[in-house]
Amino acid sequence: MNMLTDAAVEAVLTEAPKETLKMRGSGVNVFYGEKQALFDVNLDIRENQVTALIGPSGCGKSTFLRCLNRMNDTIDICRVNGEITLDGEDIYDPRIDVVELRARVGMVFQKPNPFPKSIYENVAYGPRIHGLASTKSEFDAIVETSLQKAGLFNEVKDRLHEPGTGLSGGQQQRLCIARAIAVSPEVILMDEPCSALDPIATAKVEELIDELRENYTIVIVTHSMQQAARVSQRTAMFHLGHLVEEGPTDKIFTNPDDKRTQDYITGRFG
Amino acid sequence: MTGYLFLAILALSLIAFYVGRSTAGRFVAAHGAEVHSRPIYHGAFAAVWVGLPALVLVVFWLLFQDGVIDRLLIASLPESMKQGASPSQLSLYLSEIKNVASGRIFTEPSPEISAAAERYQRWQAIAQWAMVVVALSVSALALYMARTRMAPQFRARQNFERALDIVMILSAAVAIIVTLGIIVSLTYEAIQFFRLVPPHEFFFGLNWEPQIPIREDQVAGTGAFGAVPVFTGTLLIAAIALLVAIPVGLFSAIYLVEFADERVRGIIKPVLEILAGVPTVVYGFFAVLTVAPAIRQAGGMMGIAISPNSALAAGGVMGIMIIPFISSLSDDALRAVPQSMRDGSFAMGATKAETVTRVLLPAALPGIVGGILLAASRAIGETMIVVMAAGLTATLTANPLEGVTTVTVQIVTLLIGDTAFDNPKTLSAFALGLVLFVVTLCLNVLALRIVRRYREKYE
Repeated sequence: MNMLTDAAVEAVLTEAPKETLKMRGSGVNVFYGEKQALFDVNLDIRENQVTALIGPSGCGKSTFLRCLNRMNDTIDICRVNGEITLDGEDIYDPRIDVVELRARVGMVFQKPNPFPKSIYENVAYGPRIHGLASTKSEFDAIVETSLQKAGLFNEVKDRLHEPGTGLSGGQQQRLCIARAIAVSPEVILMDEPCSALDPIATAKVEELIDELRENYTIVIVTHSMQQAARVSQRTAMFHLGHLVEEGPTDKIFTNPDDKRTQDYITGRFG
Repeated sequence: MTGYLFLAILALSLIAFYVGRSTAGRFVAAHGAEVHSRPIYHGAFAAVWVGLPALVLVVFWLLFQDGVIDRLLIASLPESMKQGASPSQLSLYLSEIKNVASGRIFTEPSPEISAAAERYQRWQAIAQWAMVVVALSVSALALYMARTRMAPQFRARQNFERALDIVMILSAAVAIIVTLGIIVSLTYEAIQFFRLVPPHEFFFGLNWEPQIPIREDQVAGTGAFGAVPVFTGTLLIAAIALLVAIPVGLFSAIYLVEFADERVRGIIKPVLEILAGVPTVVYGFFAVLTVAPAIRQAGGMMGIAISPNSALAAGGVMGIMIIPFISSLSDDALRAVPQSMRDGSFAMGATKAETVTRVLLPAALPGIVGGILLAASRAIGETMIVVMAAGLTATLTANPLEGVTTVTVQIVTLLIGDTAFDNPKTLSAFALGLVLFVVTLCLNVLALRIVRRYREKYE
C-alpha cells in the first residue's frame, strides 16, 4: 500500500465512516452528434444519501443524470464514453441488460408524466412488466405500499381506479415516485422533480425525498439552491459540461473551493 | 353576358379600391396620424362595398330568373292549352317552347308555341339587361355611399373586417346548405319509394331482384326489393377490407413511428401515401386482372371452386386501398403521444414492445379507432372496385369466395340507362342511398367524437 491510498482511506474513515459507494462515474464524456456535452466527469454517488446536481441551465447535469440509467440510449445521436459503475459493475458493458438496469435505477421526470391509465395501473405498471407479482392480492399489496411510501395513499385510496391524469400536479409527481419505487429500485434519479410544482406540493415532495433516503440512493437535479441545501447530503456543481466541484452540501454552500460555485450559489450568474 | 357582368363588377370594385386608397392617402397627407385606418383598409372597404352586394344580387337574380320566366310563360299560354293539362304536360310545353326558342325545331310548332317562344326570347333579353342595369347601379350607388362615409376618423378597418366575417359565414353556409339539399332530395325520393314498396319488405326481405314488368301481363312478375343481401354483401366486403387494412396499417404505423429511423421513414411514408392517390378504377383493374385470377388459381390448386367474381378479391384490394387512411391516422395518433410517456415507460425498464402495447397503443387508441372508422366508411362507400371485381348478383352469403354485390354498385346499375321516377326500380336507388348515407354519417360522427375526446386527453 502506498501513501496515497492510505491517505484516501483515512479521509473516508474520518469523513463518514459508514458511507459506501453505490455508483461511480469516471472519465465520463457525452456527445450529442458533434457537440460535446460532458467533459471527463468523475463523480461518486454514495449509498442512502441524496446527491444534488446543481449548475446553470445547459451545464450537463441532466445529461449526467440520464447517463446513470442509460436513458440517453433513447436519443439516437447521443454517445457516451468513460465508465459508470453500479455496485462495481460497468453499466455500459454490452452484457448488461438495460431493462434490468432501469429496474434497479428508477427515474422521476421534471414534468409529472403519469400514464393515461388509472392510479392503480400506473403503480402496477412496473411490477407487471417485470413479473414481480402474479396474483391480484400481491399486486394490491405492492400498489398500496408504494403509494404509502410516496405519501399518497391516504389521498387516493378511495379512487384508485380513477385516471392518474386527474390528480393535481403535486399528487401526479408523487404518483410518479410511487410508480418508480413499485419495482424496488436501488437508486432513484430525479430530474428537477419540483420545477412544475407549487411551493406546498414542493414541500411535500422534499419531505418525501428525505424519507426515501433511508431505503434508496437518490440523485436529484435541481435549479433551486434552497432545495439542494434542504434535501441533499452531498452536492456536485456543474458548469459548461465540467464538474466544478463536489463535496458535502454544508461545505459547498458555506465554503466552496471554486469561485464559480461561490458565484453561482450567491446568484452572481446562472 | 353574365360572365361579362361579373368581370365588370370585379373591375368596378378594383377601381373602388384605388379610389378609396387614394382618398385615404389625401386624408393622411392632410391630417397625418389622426387618420384612423390605414389607406389600404379604406380601399378594401370601398372595394367590398362595390363588389359584394352586386355579386350577391346577381347570384340570387340568376337563381330565380328561370323560375319566374317559366311561371310567366305558363300563365301566358292560352286557356285551351292549360285546360286539364297535368304538371308533366305543362313541363313538356315549356321544354318545347325553349327548344323552339333556341332553334332546335323537330316538327313545325303550333302557332301558340311559336308565339310563346318569341315571348320567351324577349323576356329573357329584358331580364338580362335589367340584371345588368340593376347590378351596375347598385355598384355605383355603393361606391357613392362608401365615398360619402369616408373621413379621416372613419373606422374603415373595422367595417372591412365585418364584411370579411360575412364572406366567411357565407362560405361556411354553402357546405351546410348543400348537405341539407342532399338529405332533402334523398329523403323525398326514398319516401316515394316506400309508398310503392313497404319498408318492412325493403329492410327485411331476403330477395333483391329489382326488375319491373314491362307489360301488365308479363310472367317475370314484379321483382323483389329485399335489401338484406345487398347490405350483407356490403358488410362482407367492408369486413374483408378492414381485415386486410387494420393489421397492415397499424403495424406499418407502429413501425414508422417507433422503430424506423428517419431515412427509412422518409422512403416508406411517401410510398404509403401514394396508395391513397391511386384512382380507384386502377385498383379495379388490379383486382380483376391480377388478384381475382390469382385467388382462383390458388383455389384451383387446393380443389376449391372459386367464382371469377369473388368478394375476397374485391375486399382484399379495397383493403389495400384504405391502408393509408389507417396508417397515416394511426401514425398521427401515436406521434401525438408525448415523449414523456415513452420516457416514463422506458425508465421503468420497459422494452420497446412493452411500451408500444401497454402505453402507446392504449393512449393512442381513440385516434386509431377514429382512423379505422373513417376507413370503414370509405370502404362501405367504395364502388368502382366492387363493380369491377365482385359482380352484380345479390347473393345472401357469408362465403367470401362467392360473388356478392354492394349498395353502391346497385345504385349505379339502377340509375344507368332509362330512368323513370315513377317506378320502384329507379326509386329504390334512393332508398339504398339514404340508408348508406345514414350509416356512413353515423360512422363519421362516431369517429369525430372519438377523435375529439382523444384531443382532450393530454392537458
